[in-house]
Amino acid sequence: MNVTKTVDAKGLACPMPVVKAKKAMDELQAGDVLEIISTDKGAKADLPAWTKSSGHELVEQTEAGNEYTFWIKKG
Amino acid sequence: MEETKNGTTMVVFDGDLDKAIASFIIATGAAAMGKNVTMFFTFWGLNVLRKDNVISGSDKTMMEKMFGKMMPRGPEKLALSKMNFGGMGPKMMKKMMKNHNVSSLKEMIEMAQDLDVKMVACTMSMDVMGLKEEELIDGLDYAGVASYLAEAEESNINLFI
Repeated sequence: MNVTKTVDAKGLACPMPVVKAKKAMDELQAGDVLEIISTDKGAKADLPAWTKSSGHELVEQTEAGNEYTFWIKKG
Repeated sequence: MEETKNGTTMVVFDGDLDKAIASFIIATGAAAMGKNVTMFFTFWGLNVLRKDNVISGSDKTMMEKMFGKMMPRGPEKLALSKMNFGGMGPKMMKKMMKNHNVSSLKEMIEMAQDLDVKMVACTMSMDVMGLKEEELIDGLDYAGVASYLAEAEESNINLFI
């Protein structure tokens, strides 16, 4: 997967992961892929919800230990 | 793409630390989701927006000065709605928030402004509580109930906190 930009949101609590995702996404073009890594348990549900509501596409999401990684394609 | 209602409106009525934090988390979250967010601050909620420095306000009446003294000045001085314990509660909660990497209320307010959340101070309640524009943080709009209702009509999320 071609990742255009990576956002490290580790250690940040709600609502920072979605705020960071939004800010990063604003700088990308349609079709670009944003990778975002979070350690917030809520982000597991929140980032997919944010993706859907913002009109983007969740390509993949993985979980390793307490780290959640998401790949989101800009819509 | 047709988008008719994309607003989130909020009435922030209470001036408790916990309720203010919840309000700003929802506001910044909604802004991150691309919503047009308007927070309407009224009555005790106005204290969330006060500057912490004392404003002399020589043009104030006796009663307005009393209100000004008794009410908390800004995000650092707010009490909790439960377990306030004379100010110990907020201290403990702020410590817990720090431990869990939750932004402080002050940071959340700045973040909200950065995300273009519109903050409106209700001028009628400002008069009733004796608060002047120079006592409140910069970047606010000043309006009344009709402005709030007009914004609410454009919203599909509307909260009273």
